[in-house]
Amino acid sequence: MKYPGAMLSEIWRHLIKKPATVLYPLERPQIPENFRGKIEYYDDKCIRCGLCARDCPSGACTMKKFEEDKKPRPVFDLGMCLFCGQCAEVCPKDAISLTKKFEFSTFDKSSLIVE
Amino acid sequence: MAEITIPIGPQHPALKEPINITLKVEGEVIVEPILRIGYNHRGIEKAMEARSYIQNIYLAERVCGICSHVHSSTLVQGAEELLELEIPRRGLYIRTIFLELERIHSHLLWLGVAAHEVGFDTLFMYTWRDREIVMDLLELISGNRVNYAMNTVGGTRRDINDEQKKKLLKGMDALEERTKYYVKIATTEPTFLKRVEGVGILKKEVAKKLCAVGPTARGSGLRMDIRKDDPYAAYDEIPFEAITSDLCDVMGRTVVRVKELLEAYKIIKYAVNNLPAGEIRKKARRKIPENEILSYTEAPRGELLYYIKSNGTEKPERVKIRTPTLANIPSTIEMLKGGYIADIPIVFAAMDPCIACMDRVILVDKKNNERSMNWEALRRYGIKWYEVKR
Amino acid sequence: MSILLEVLYLLVFPGFLFLIAYALFIEYVDRKLYARFQHRVGPPILQPFADIIKLLSKEDLVPKKADRKMVSAIPLFAFAAVITAFLYIPIWFNQSFFSFQGDLIVVLYLLSIPTLALFLAGWHSSNPFSQVGAMRAITQLFAYEVPFFLVLLGPAIIADSWSIIDIVNFQSSNFWLILMMPLGFIVAVIALQGKLERIPFDIPDAETEIVGGLLVEYVGRRLALFRMAIDIEMVVGAALISALFLGGFDAFISVAGLSPLAQFGIGFAAFLVKTLFIVFLLASIRALFARLRIDQMVTFCFKWLAPLSIIQLLLITGVKYMGWF
Repeated sequence: MKYPGAMLSEIWRHLIKKPATVLYPLERPQIPENFRGKIEYYDDKCIRCGLCARDCPSGACTMKKFEEDKKPRPVFDLGMCLFCGQCAEVCPKDAISLTKKFEFSTFDKSSLIVE
Repeated sequence: MAEITIPIGPQHPALKEPINITLKVEGEVIVEPILRIGYNHRGIEKAMEARSYIQNIYLAERVCGICSHVHSSTLVQGAEELLELEIPRRGLYIRTIFLELERIHSHLLWLGVAAHEVGFDTLFMYTWRDREIVMDLLELISGNRVNYAMNTVGGTRRDINDEQKKKLLKGMDALEERTKYYVKIATTEPTFLKRVEGVGILKKEVAKKLCAVGPTARGSGLRMDIRKDDPYAAYDEIPFEAITSDLCDVMGRTVVRVKELLEAYKIIKYAVNNLPAGEIRKKARRKIPENEILSYTEAPRGELLYYIKSNGTEKPERVKIRTPTLANIPSTIEMLKGGYIADIPIVFAAMDPCIACMDRVILVDKKNNERSMNWEALRRYGIKWYEVKR
Repeated sequence: MSILLEVLYLLVFPGFLFLIAYALFIEYVDRKLYARFQHRVGPPILQPFADIIKLLSKEDLVPKKADRKMVSAIPLFAFAAVITAFLYIPIWFNQSFFSFQGDLIVVLYLLSIPTLALFLAGWHSSNPFSQVGAMRAITQLFAYEVPFFLVLLGPAIIADSWSIIDIVNFQSSNFWLILMMPLGFIVAVIALQGKLERIPFDIPDAETEIVGGLLVEYVGRRLALFRMAIDIEMVVGAALISALFLGGFDAFISVAGLSPLAQFGIGFAAFLVKTLFIVFLLASIRALFARLRIDQMVTFCFKWLAPLSIIQLLLITGVKYMGWF
């Protein structure tokens, strides 16, 4: 049956429903368990193998030499990161993990560096 | 009536992506459309040559924002074939589930866009709201809404557990009910039908001649679906139908997409219920022996094609990507012919264009075009132009 | 004293100030309903007001090719026309401030001016999109204006008067005219939707086809004026239909012995409820349909709306001729 206004009952029904919109800063979205968010790096576990920097597709992870260290260790620039999780996957000692944090917009670029 | 030439694009508020359509019109009727592409060359193929296969998976995912998993699947499929690797069946099934989840979200997105193009914003809002169900499922399993990073050479990176299986099945049931409602709306609402029926006609023979792919070809009654013609991933084990429609117009393409949604729910339900036990991935060598391969899959928009040439190192020698949009451009020109100007948006949207993934080459004709200038000349020209204005 | 009162009527209530406030409120209601129909949240109540303030504070730009004087004058014309039209529509008991025999015709013509102004605005902007929009607007005008005029003549014929207040008084002493001509009411609401250029008749400013259409070159206070004019047009259109078909200020209550304040309250409340009901219908129509093509729109108006309104008119004249009313 072709009649105009096929959605009439549907739209009037939605008038009394709670809107589907998530009012973001007031309502928090549900973050799933294996979300790929901000990178966390555990220096005590790291063996300085450099696999993470080798596999990083965007060059966000680089090996940097620090004065107190003998070997260079990875430094992550979240401004370049794709959050693919390849570094965490390839790490033989689980020294890198991706957390559920996702809000890091900033005016200060240095706050995006994870060491 | 005299012919008038109307240029649309490459910068045009009605176009979401840069493309140039030059129309020769008689009154409101289009006589000859000329499409010019190549405004959005991103150099992805060249970038792929400089990265290893592992890195390229994530780069390939970013060729397109909508169909990201299918790009990485095509790439890893080629690499796996080059390595002569046997992929665990569980890995293939999870890959298939993701391919279909992606098809669902792409087709729902398309339905919304098509409704918006004809001014049916309520349907647009509803489909996009329901699309959130599948987006949440994708995020639940892969940890991200768009670029899932599920593929790796040798299988998939993440497993699906029992709780996620339950949620997947529940989500599919909810979506199936909604989709059936949209089928009803899209086939009974007269104002919507008026805008899609008999618009953008592409005859079967023409579609065949112009090598149309995907829903554009299937909407013209051409039965071509890579999932059936040359099954990849786990499609050879999963029962499903290749949907075609003989309507040959925008309505036909709508019907194909909406019915494909229903098929996709079936495929996912089957794959989840019959998920084989075992490993999800196999360890793969990083260096890929010298050879070349053509890998193709059925993306939501049609046949996606990767040509990979390896040279025995970690990095590919050459990767060529042909996205379905490019294959559908000649058919679109045919569809626009003889139509109304007001129908351009919906006809153009009916092939689900993705200009940014399509453009591979930029053509600069220095000999015949004296306006081409380098950066320094452009800078000087800009300064001069503004000085004159002042 | 009476002059002071008239100035008050003109500038504060129900004239200028009230009308602007109510128009912005109506825009809010319309947007909110549209959003809720689509399962969205919708704007907060002061959003239309904030939009207007924002537009008023914006930089003033006129395209180089456009005629500056015309571009500036046209929004004022549209704005003035709709405000004037509202003065003839009664909103509470027997207070027909500027009523006279034939004010219905004046209101109808004043309501046509915004569309003509939009056409001129689009045409003088010298932008291909706005010119296409202008052509579509004027084509559409001929399509919906005919049925709109035809059905609104029905109440006048029944009530034997060209004055809106007489028609309303006729309804409060007899019955609401929607009972007699439901067909006319439906046609009037649909034609009003076309007049306001909303879905499915938003062809002149089809966002996905010709960007913004008519007003694509308009910015700042001129755009603000146009938007106000369109909002007020919606109020006037809704008020006119409620006066002609839904009994205007009539609320089934005998007000003969009540104090003037109570009389005013009841009449005004009836006016608000009825205009909001018509806005609800308009918002529902907007949410229900896809945009038509200009040829389909014209076909629809001449194939369905115009014959229906003529049938309605014939029925009315038949009833009148038989002397039943």
